[in-house]
Amino acid sequence: MTTAVTPALAGAAEGGDDLPSPGRAPSGRRRLTTLTRGSGLGLGIAMLWFSLLVLVPLIAIVVQSTAGGWSAYASALTSPQTLAALRLTVGQAVLVTAVDVVTGTAIAWVLVRDSFVGKRVLEVVIDVPFALPTIVAGLVLLSLYGAGSPLGLHWANTSHAVTLAFLFVTLPFVVRTVEPVLLEIEPEVEEAAASLGAGRFTVFRLVILPSLVPAITSGAALAFARAISEYGSLVLLSGNLPYRTEVASVRILSFIEGDHLTEAAAVASLLLAVALVVIVGLELVSRRVARHG
Amino acid sequence: MSIRVSGVNKSFGDFAALTDIDLDLPSGQLTALLGPSGGGKSTLLRIIAGLELGDTGTVEIEGVDATRLPARKRNVGFVFQHYAAFRHMSVADNVGFGLRVRKRPKAEVRARTQEMLELVHLAQFADRLPAQLSGGQRQRMALARALAIEPSVLLLDEPFGALDAKVRKELRDWLRRLHDEVHVTTVFVTHDQEEALEVADRIVVINDGRVEQEGTPDELYDAPAGEFVMGFLGPVTTLAGHLVRPHDLEVETHTFPGAVAGEVARLTRVGFEVRLEVAVPEEPAPVLVTLTRADAARKELAEGTRVWVLPVPGASRVPVAGLAAARR
Amino acid sequence: MADRTPGRVRTVRQPSALRWPLRIAVVVYLVLLVVWPVAIVAVKTFERGTGAVLHALAQPEVVFAFELSAANAVWAVVINTVFGVGISLLLVRYEFPGRRALSALIDLPLSVSPVVVGLALLLVYSGRTGWFGPVLEGLGLQVIYAQPGMIMATAFVSLPLVIREVVPVLHEIGTEQEQAATSLGASPLQTFLRITLPAIRWALLYGVVLTLARSLGEFGAVNVVSGGVAMRTQTATLLVQERYNQFGADSTTAAYAASFVLALLAIVALVVVSSLRPKEHDR
Repeated sequence: MTTAVTPALAGAAEGGDDLPSPGRAPSGRRRLTTLTRGSGLGLGIAMLWFSLLVLVPLIAIVVQSTAGGWSAYASALTSPQTLAALRLTVGQAVLVTAVDVVTGTAIAWVLVRDSFVGKRVLEVVIDVPFALPTIVAGLVLLSLYGAGSPLGLHWANTSHAVTLAFLFVTLPFVVRTVEPVLLEIEPEVEEAAASLGAGRFTVFRLVILPSLVPAITSGAALAFARAISEYGSLVLLSGNLPYRTEVASVRILSFIEGDHLTEAAAVASLLLAVALVVIVGLELVSRRVARHG
Repeated sequence: MSIRVSGVNKSFGDFAALTDIDLDLPSGQLTALLGPSGGGKSTLLRIIAGLELGDTGTVEIEGVDATRLPARKRNVGFVFQHYAAFRHMSVADNVGFGLRVRKRPKAEVRARTQEMLELVHLAQFADRLPAQLSGGQRQRMALARALAIEPSVLLLDEPFGALDAKVRKELRDWLRRLHDEVHVTTVFVTHDQEEALEVADRIVVINDGRVEQEGTPDELYDAPAGEFVMGFLGPVTTLAGHLVRPHDLEVETHTFPGAVAGEVARLTRVGFEVRLEVAVPEEPAPVLVTLTRADAARKELAEGTRVWVLPVPGASRVPVAGLAAARR
Repeated sequence: MADRTPGRVRTVRQPSALRWPLRIAVVVYLVLLVVWPVAIVAVKTFERGTGAVLHALAQPEVVFAFELSAANAVWAVVINTVFGVGISLLLVRYEFPGRRALSALIDLPLSVSPVVVGLALLLVYSGRTGWFGPVLEGLGLQVIYAQPGMIMATAFVSLPLVIREVVPVLHEIGTEQEQAATSLGASPLQTFLRITLPAIRWALLYGVVLTLARSLGEFGAVNVVSGGVAMRTQTATLLVQERYNQFGADSTTAAYAASFVLALLAIVALVVVSSLRPKEHDR
């Protein structure tokens, strides 16, 4: 996250064995100052810009979504086509996130613990979904999974296309959150477990995996939020067929194009709520990790 | 013999960490592997533990050839310098880990964990996380964790190196008393000679990948086998081509048989000691002499005083190679 | 310190039965999901020969689209770098109410759907129905369906990227160097230019490259706010969509050609960034 998880001070004072450190680890050696006039002004300008660009527009969504009252809000969300889109989006996102947890951890493991020719190339490959424009991603996936596929898989315009697109765009998230944690695990801790009699799988299960859980969770949350937000790659790949392959973001766009801004805002507010939940959740997770040290 | 190391060699690339190590470490004793940093003692300890594999040689633990056994089958308890605590587990879960991994019944795990926590005086922290403990407490937890599995051998790798001086001293005494109570064969690595002299039953001095000498603390201090051991275990000064201990030098303000003449160049009082630097014409470096304050006062020593020095009868002296040859 | 003999390798991990299966599984997954599809697109682009590709890329609409994408991206980079560095300094060095909340909100653009971003900007800045739009348009500034809107959308989606790179570095280097500079008489601006900026330069570059790549590739948000009019508000990504949906081999080639260029730029950015990563770590 933006605030890097600052390492908790290792057990406060070393001297004085009978003084245990406080229950909460301090949040790091920061030398913070209160705002001066200059920096206060800077903050004001920055906040003004941030509000105009981000905060006000997002608030406008919430406002617009309730423009027709609560009943209009509810009916916009529960109209059959919208419900179908939401069900498809969330369902596929959950499925893909579950897959990502496994593949992401496996990929991170191989990147950190294994070494072979061409591993550097893999590092770049994993980041391709981050950098590739989503519309190009759609084209890319179509080449192998659409009409004329060398593998004979014709998944365009099916719900498999949605799964595929989600898998593609969420590929890097769990990998990138797990990798640094794996790098940081002290070999001594694994050696300690081994000297106490634990076999390799037990060491993984009881010692390594638990320390990966916060990282896996944050990666999964980011992946989920990314999946439900996906739009560009589905434009070409899924055909956006209502009730079949239409996802929430496409639904919003068709509302916009039909000038039904309130309904668009209603569905958008739902996606926004999920994004906020993810952000807040991640903030809490990172604080808990800081406590563990 | 509890631990027998034979013919062990270990290299890391071009660097020879250990050369021809042969050691017999007796059962039930507390042995220190002492030496300067980078000398190979940690490597040796890890080979005994099974965390490293020697290039050649064998390791026998309690009569069983453990050379090819992985660490987890050797039943050794290992304590690391930086504790290696399982951060996400409570103190109690840390201590009970080895037993849980051996699939012991829950009641037994609980009982033994409690016993161990009481032994190291951490019972009231059982449910805390390691991050909430001080360094010294974490190390005690690590010890409890290692002892919980009833190891045949307890190995400690510079266990107090990460702690500050006062805590280090306290834990040192505490380790000695623990050993007297528990009697597990214990080997610990240190570069602090005071620690080794204070705590260990036996000391093995390792330098540059080889064993320089092994014996009791007294043997090593009073009858060092060579320059390195003598110099490493205590203060030394050179007189007449031999290394001798500054506190073994008799100093008088009048001549006496065999004594060498010199002048006090510097006098410092440190606590109860008085340390003299005596400039002796035949010696390239000042000769260091240590005596008690009372003694120095009685002899009315001061900077500039003309003195005569001689090693006391029976003092340990080691010839300095090269110097003795040059003198001929 | 325990004697850390040089070249000490973790020998606890003996080679396990799982190593090869895991390697193969990971490689196969990545090949099927990323490598092979990208390779096929590269091949398909040049199906009709390099000449056709170059011809497609030389069309005025295509050239314009790329220039527009580049312009938007550069604007977004400049804006997000200036505000990014400023906000990073404020977040790391100062204490003010709402600092934690701001820090969390900064990450919001990464989790928000681009279509939602487009809608949000539309609701506020649309010349017809927006909150501020009509006022701005009265002043002669059209935001939606014009470049300012596209720049805002692009800046929105790539907002956090510079900040996320710079903040950890600012944390790590601490304030001591800056305090030393001040005690030696440097003004805040001098301290910033001579001490702070050099210290964060690799992280900053990293963030800038990420921002550039993300901005060039933006599609969904720009789709909503720009209207996609060729030669006016059509970016490279919008062009790809339009051409792909048209019939005719030329259109298809244009779509693939533009995609190829975009993909190439993305991969170049990744390679640059991955070679910057080690520099970021040894300052």
